Amino acid sequence: MVSRSRVVIDRGGLQALIAALRSAGYRVIGPTLRAGAIVPGEVAAIDDLPAGWTDEQQGGQYRLRRRDDDALFGYAAGPQSWKQFLFPPRSLLWRASRIDHGEVATEAGGPVDALAFLGVKSCELAAIRVQDRVFAGDGVADPGYRARREKVLIVAVTCGSPGGTCFCASMGTGPAVGPGFDLALTELIDGNRHEFSLDVGTDRGEEIIGSIPSRPIEPEDEAAAHRVVEGATASMGRTLEVGGIKELLYRNYRHPRWDDVAGRCLACGNCTLVCPTCFCHAVEDASDLAGQTAERWRSWDSCFSLDFARVGTGRVRTSTRSRYRQWLTHKLATWIDQFGTSGCVGCGRCITWCPVGIDITEEVRSIRRTEEA
Amino acid sequence: MTVPAELPEALLSEPMVPRQYRVVSRRRETHDVVTLGLEPLHGPGSPVRPGQFNMIYAFGIGEVPVSASGDPAAAGPIVHSIRAAGLVTRALCDSHPGTVVGLRGPFGTDWGVDTAVGHDLVIVGGGIGLAPLRPVIYSVLANRERYGRVSVLIGARSPADLLYTSELQSWRSRFDVDVRVTVDVAGGTWRGPVGIVTELIPRALFDPASAIAFVCGPEIMIRFAARSLVDHGLDPANIRVSLERNMKCAIGLCGHCQLGSEFVCRDGPVFTYARVGRLLAIQEV
Amino acid sequence: MGIEPLEVLLRDHPFFRDLDESDIQFIAGCGRNVVFEPGAYLFREGEEADQLFILRHGRVALEIMVPGRGPVVIDTPEEGEVIGFSWLFAPYRWRFDGRTLEKVRAVALDGVCLRGKCEDDPKLGYELMKRFASILVRRLQSARLRVIDMYRP
Repeated sequence: MVSRSRVVIDRGGLQALIAALRSAGYRVIGPTLRAGAIVPGEVAAIDDLPAGWTDEQQGGQYRLRRRDDDALFGYAAGPQSWKQFLFPPRSLLWRASRIDHGEVATEAGGPVDALAFLGVKSCELAAIRVQDRVFAGDGVADPGYRARREKVLIVAVTCGSPGGTCFCASMGTGPAVGPGFDLALTELIDGNRHEFSLDVGTDRGEEIIGSIPSRPIEPEDEAAAHRVVEGATASMGRTLEVGGIKELLYRNYRHPRWDDVAGRCLACGNCTLVCPTCFCHAVEDASDLAGQTAERWRSWDSCFSLDFARVGTGRVRTSTRSRYRQWLTHKLATWIDQFGTSGCVGCGRCITWCPVGIDITEEVRSIRRTEEA
Repeated sequence: MTVPAELPEALLSEPMVPRQYRVVSRRRETHDVVTLGLEPLHGPGSPVRPGQFNMIYAFGIGEVPVSASGDPAAAGPIVHSIRAAGLVTRALCDSHPGTVVGLRGPFGTDWGVDTAVGHDLVIVGGGIGLAPLRPVIYSVLANRERYGRVSVLIGARSPADLLYTSELQSWRSRFDVDVRVTVDVAGGTWRGPVGIVTELIPRALFDPASAIAFVCGPEIMIRFAARSLVDHGLDPANIRVSLERNMKCAIGLCGHCQLGSEFVCRDGPVFTYARVGRLLAIQEV
Repeated sequence: MGIEPLEVLLRDHPFFRDLDESDIQFIAGCGRNVVFEPGAYLFREGEEADQLFILRHGRVALEIMVPGRGPVVIDTPEEGEVIGFSWLFAPYRWRFDGRTLEKVRAVALDGVCLRGKCEDDPKLGYELMKRFASILVRRLQSARLRVIDMYRP
């Protein structure tokens, strides 16, 4: 992690951080307990955080379990990622009204809040970096994404409790936090203390922590932070071999494994909804009954939908087989040619939230295994 | 050749907002194809290179990608031939001079006509695929001396489905271009060839070692025509095809137009067969 | 203007390319020169099929009369090609009409004579069958591609 300076804060310091963010005009979004899951929500104090909770995840399974400590960030990843704030599920692109002589006046979408993301896990930060390349990279940028992104302050958190479906270590996206944070925390909790090492990444982050009580970091704290990363790296639930994965998938468009997974996949699209990097979206035009006002809306879409890809008036991918193949090949292979990185950050959500527990790491492993045979 | 387009400034800042254009001319080509001439309400239009496309918006209904089909050297309205196949295209085909539509663009890669200078050309158009090729034909015929032998091979379902019939006549009447037209099926009054457009390839005259082909039409026609051209000795890198997919954004963001790693809206619609031939052969990719 | 012997006309035609001189002479024995004015019928649906036409000049429409639609043209062999295969197999009846679109000069080879010669000389018979098969495969592929109606929206 590239850090300018490191200090240590305690729970009181974290509370002060939240207060400082709020008084600087940010709406603080952090992990909250809701409907049996840990999901991002509005946070006003550290009491709003899911103290002492962790998640147990497997293919098609998610449940919360009490920890034997009061860690505030002691879980892996919930069903919702930060994507919903930077790339909202539904947003108005513009509204237009007819004026005279057939002409039309247009107004763009609405104002943007300043948000502070508190508790962005390493995989989630990597996902934001991935989406930055999609929406604000070399190609045409999305002005809405840019506007929202500029107003986001990121407080990242080293992941200390990877889950049963996690494989960020394989994807090189964690558990240590990568670039892109304004501030980064590592929760240091044991029988004797509950503190956080705090790294500063930007000027903006530096400004925020100006008034927060902290103490200098000691070698012992550094070692503890290091142990958190080591421990997390050793407890990944899954692994994915990424060597030559692009070429592997490009060679195997006709592999029988696709038929196998098609027999299980429901094409429900859950994986694309929970995935923090999926960016495909629909653009819908609508008007009022009188035809006087028109609106253009953007909403999340999924390549699993039957009508997603069309040529002329026909559908290109009618079989579930082709749609699953499209999703996986895009996520792990063609994304690399398009954007220079993998589209997968190893968060494991697609495995956890698949109703039939399809495991992306297992599908790749199976194809690779048959190749080597 | 296949370098992504540089978008005009206005489009970069508000890429999803159409500009207003008025329909200034309308011409019915066949029972389901109409050609519209469009002029911007405010400011100058953005020139469209052969092969590129615009997103045309019918107020409150939707947007579709339509290739340019006018003469790139001519000043004046932007010309688009549109086939009525769905809600949006039907609305556009029903519009008359005076109607205001929205237009975003131009997008995509162009045919690279300039890079074909000095070569024999084989232009193969099937059905509505002739529309994106017409700017190539205009360009080439306006600078005829720069190119080698030029063959224009056109296919359609029936004589009634042939586009631009008066221009076909004037192209055919030239002595320096070989224009051949075939239809899939015909009635008793048709005296020309009947058969699929690929059957015209063996009779066209070109030097396979250096000829450059421009192919557009239904994707299956592109597949067979490209294969036939390769069988006749053309280098797949010299076969340029224009592909089509549904598009919502045209700026490589919505994901709908993907073909493998290619965004047809941004890396295409014009590709070399060398680059996409393998993808075209894989089912449902 | 001199009338060329049939062997020369056949030898010049792409269908007979690389065929032995003796074979060409053998086949020429089945043939005669024919000329059709525009709009004339080479053969009509239902009639006895007894000729293979080696087209030397002009284009022929292979068509079928569809009640309510009139004549529908499905193929247009022209000079350098051949037309007529119904003489190859029983019941030896034309399936379609063959109508000239322009003046047509051809060599008409008698079917019975040709079948006889193929039976007598299997090597020649096989060579001719290979050439027929090649044409039929191409035409079948073309017909099949048109069955999918690819210009449909």
